[in-house]
Amino acid sequence: MTFMRSILGAAATMALAAGAALAEPALIYDLGGKFDKSFNEAAFNGAERWAKDTGGSYREIEIQSEAQREQALRRFAEAGFNPVVTTGFAIAEIMGEVAKDYPDTKFVNVDGFLPEIPDNVLLISFQEHQGSYLVGMLAAMASESDTVGFIGGMDIPLIRHFGCGYAQGVKSVKPDAKIIANMTGTTPAAWNDPVKGSELAKAQISQGADVIYAAAGGTGVGVLQTAADENILSIGVDSNQNHLHPGKVLTSMLKRVDVAVYDAMTAGPDIETGKSMTLGLAEDGVGYAVDENNAELLSDDMKAAVEDAKAKIIAGEISVVSYYENSSCPAYDF
Amino acid sequence: MEVMPKWADVVLVPLISLVLAMIISALVILGIGEDPWAALKLMVQGALGSPYGWGYTLYYATNFIFTGLAVSVAFHAAMFNIGGEGQATLGGLGVALVCLALPWPHWALALPAATLGAALFGAAWAAIPAYLAAKRGSHIVITTIMFNFIGAAVLNYMLVNVLRPPSSMDPASAKFPDGTALPSFHDMFSPIIAFPKSVPANISFLIALVACLVVWLLIWRTRFGFELRAFGKSESAAVYAGISPTKIIMGSMLISGALAGMMAINTVQGEAGRLVLNSVEGAGFIGIAVALMGRSHPAGVLIAAILFGFLYQGGAELALWMSIPRELVVVIQGLVILFTGALDNMVRMPIERVFLWRRRSRQAAGE
Repeated sequence: MTFMRSILGAAATMALAAGAALAEPALIYDLGGKFDKSFNEAAFNGAERWAKDTGGSYREIEIQSEAQREQALRRFAEAGFNPVVTTGFAIAEIMGEVAKDYPDTKFVNVDGFLPEIPDNVLLISFQEHQGSYLVGMLAAMASESDTVGFIGGMDIPLIRHFGCGYAQGVKSVKPDAKIIANMTGTTPAAWNDPVKGSELAKAQISQGADVIYAAAGGTGVGVLQTAADENILSIGVDSNQNHLHPGKVLTSMLKRVDVAVYDAMTAGPDIETGKSMTLGLAEDGVGYAVDENNAELLSDDMKAAVEDAKAKIIAGEISVVSYYENSSCPAYDF
Repeated sequence: MEVMPKWADVVLVPLISLVLAMIISALVILGIGEDPWAALKLMVQGALGSPYGWGYTLYYATNFIFTGLAVSVAFHAAMFNIGGEGQATLGGLGVALVCLALPWPHWALALPAATLGAALFGAAWAAIPAYLAAKRGSHIVITTIMFNFIGAAVLNYMLVNVLRPPSSMDPASAKFPDGTALPSFHDMFSPIIAFPKSVPANISFLIALVACLVVWLLIWRTRFGFELRAFGKSESAAVYAGISPTKIIMGSMLISGALAGMMAINTVQGEAGRLVLNSVEGAGFIGIAVALMGRSHPAGVLIAAILFGFLYQGGAELALWMSIPRELVVVIQGLVILFTGALDNMVRMPIERVFLWRRRSRQAAGE
């Protein structure tokens, strides 16, 4: 019974493997992977900026399977990493359970939702619909054909939430504008399928779209590429993607995951937990990107209109309906 | 007469293939500036060196046993079932519907029902391509692979629009009732072997072992198994012998789909306790490699499945503790598949020649 012997014989090594407390932060990326040019990469950028500013180091993992979510959380917590920062809503539920077993470790999640938040968990979410509303306005103003496109990753509530804010923004400027929305796929591969993104962009262009907003993780790279090749405008998401095709990317819907991760790592083990935090336009958690790559694309009128809307959203004069409120969208029927 | 003794065929050839794959992996790891010896040690220790490691290795292996057996059964009837992924996806749906339908009082009641649900849904998903193949001559590879995508879309629709609790934005079903939670290795072996509480391996591993035995009995000890193998070897001969192709194609594919679907009791009921979008995560495709490597024999499938379980868990340890990107972990897994599956003859033929030469020289010495 070599199997039994190796199990018993190595039980001791396991006990040794639990390392000394390090109080370094750890970062767990969602399945899309670290270099998706958008959501996870924003988290990576935040962590890198923290490491550069403080000279600290952190441990990271790009998980490959569902079972690894719990595994990575427990292993990092056992090894003394603190706080453990995670990205993506899919890990939130298991994180809530794991957190109860490690009361001395702080857990932070970006995008997740839990009905009951344990004392050592902080949930950070973003008002993506507000940022999407603003880029929707820009899309409508930049469009000459009055047809704009939206390409999402998978058909899940989060992406409808993005699309819904976008559609409301478009309709606020041009109530008769046509919105074409497509989802990339039905499997998680949809978050990292630039070829499919490119095909969808071509299909939307043939239907008359001349501005396309991609909220599809790594798939968006293909959308932006095709838009640039076909000489129409695109809108990036999460990270500032304006630089990918200077002069061709109208703007990017910024979701400051990097700031959230940076702040969490800076606060370290003392981070305030046991609550959820929502970052919107008022907190600069979401927004639209302006830099030298798209300066020529945004006229002063456009910027003035968007800034005006932004102030009104913050003041509560314009209310952008969230898809989450009642699982439906007033401006577009998903 | 066999050129090689049995032990060389079953043990030596796969072992040399594995060593070759490891050498090339080591060179790649060296190429990115990491220490291959440390990586190997980490993989072996992380996957096989502790109850914690075994708990994960056998959890992954359980998935691969089911999908490997699924591919094997169909393969004996010369059907190439690429649809394990979709059948397992639907199997997950079956498990979720069963688990959520009743407030199950005890897992011992929930498990048989969920297993049946998984098998039925998996078989149903294989039934349509099988029917098309038997009656309309549609190519089984094309139809089953297409059904993977339809299966993913069905699951997506069910989770987002039907099974998702109204308060949640996560596309996943509600948590299953406590009565459906399967005993994990921690619960099963705790007095003898100390598996940590969190290991996902559970009682489904034992069901997988039983499935190996049942498949062996089915293929080699029943009349249907004989017909199935005869059909697989030569369709025209089988028809001449009075074997109905429709019966064999439908039978083998339904069993295959049921086996693939049963994977879900491990992942959905055993590990997650709820149905998520991505519960199969490629195990359906790994099953093809497992079946190829295991020569479509249940014993071989079992060993190959444990090897792939080792690669998965060892790969996770690499990703956790070394600066080895996950893409490289996939490269290592791919090299093992390539050498043990696709390049089998590259190793086999020189070894056969060595044995042939030895036998000749022995004969020459005897004369």
